[in-house]
Amino acid sequence: MAMEEREVLLRPDGRPGGADLRDSFFTSRYQDAVAWARKFAFFQYPFVTACCGMEYMSVTGPRYDTDRFGLTLPRFTPRQSDLLLVVGTITHRQAPILRRVWEQMADPKWVMSFGNCTNTGGPYDNYAVVQGIDTIIPVDIYVPGCPPRPEAVIDGLLKLQERIQRERVNRPVENIHGSVSTTRFASREEVALVPGPVEPHRD
Amino acid sequence: MSDRVAEEGPEGAEAGGAEANPLLRSLKERFGERILAIEAFRGDATAVLAPAALLEVATFLRDEARPAFDMLLDVTAVDFLGRRPRFEIVYHLVSTGDASRVRLKLPVEEETPSVPSLVPVWPGANWLERETFDMYGIRFDGHPDLRRIYLYDEFIGHPLRKDYPKQKRQPLIGPGSQGEAGGQGGGR
Repeated sequence: MAMEEREVLLRPDGRPGGADLRDSFFTSRYQDAVAWARKFAFFQYPFVTACCGMEYMSVTGPRYDTDRFGLTLPRFTPRQSDLLLVVGTITHRQAPILRRVWEQMADPKWVMSFGNCTNTGGPYDNYAVVQGIDTIIPVDIYVPGCPPRPEAVIDGLLKLQERIQRERVNRPVENIHGSVSTTRFASREEVALVPGPVEPHRD
Repeated sequence: MSDRVAEEGPEGAEAGGAEANPLLRSLKERFGERILAIEAFRGDATAVLAPAALLEVATFLRDEARPAFDMLLDVTAVDFLGRRPRFEIVYHLVSTGDASRVRLKLPVEEETPSVPSLVPVWPGANWLERETFDMYGIRFDGHPDLRRIYLYDEFIGHPLRKDYPKQKRQPLIGPGSQGEAGGQGGGR
């Protein structure tokens, strides 16, 4: 009888483990599991400076509902955030503030550049406006548009999640900037000295 | 300045010219030669005056004119690069009593771009004059706190002057800022 009871717990192919055990765990790789957890639990920091903020409110509101994709609670301190949403025109006067916010975020962290002004300066080719925030901080995903459609923002979010799934802890991943990880970008310079020298990205 | 005489003015100049406007007429009578020109166009009254007369004219418009111009709406400047005098400082006044308006213009030479501050007359002139100083480099004599208002202290020059290079950048951080090796000052 004892032998028979044990046979009930064998799988059909003869390996140990029964139906109840099979339902209680799955196997994965550690790196995959970490990346999966990260990409669906963004703690966003909305750095909203201009009219794109209206579109940001729309896309995070109930109609487009980025909660569905893990873009959830806005945290109004960078120390609790891992996704910096830069939404709107950044002026040179604002630039040191944006950089300090980015420096205050703990790794792992990502940056979404939201809208044409943030990507390139947009139409403002003048004395006041930063010509693309990637001249002062590294950017992981660029969402074009003036302002971007909510669908574009969601598409950018999904593409960012695909990238995060490929990321490996302490190992850089190929991205638009080459193989430089944000971790290395930060470690190459003095921390939290604003204003200070900045290594720009060269595409 | 002959183009400022209302009789030769563009279409839309008021019938009877600026002389028919009672406010402009009273200004002309009271301040005489110090009012350099007057014009009226589609209900907008403008007086061009010498900078030295500004405080007196402003005080008159605030206290004695009827309606009294109790509100300074805007201070700005125009850069006529290549013309003499190069700058024109523009004040827009409004009367909250009957919503009538008057515009004052002050021609200012490039070498001495300064005019009296209107803060003693209208305290609201404070930030408006700071903006005009920031963008055009016009000095306002007697201003209590003449600092830049939009731009940062490190900024050199005044960007709305017509001879400020359009592409010139003065970033605080990033490419072109001080401390950045090989910075071109031109953004990307």
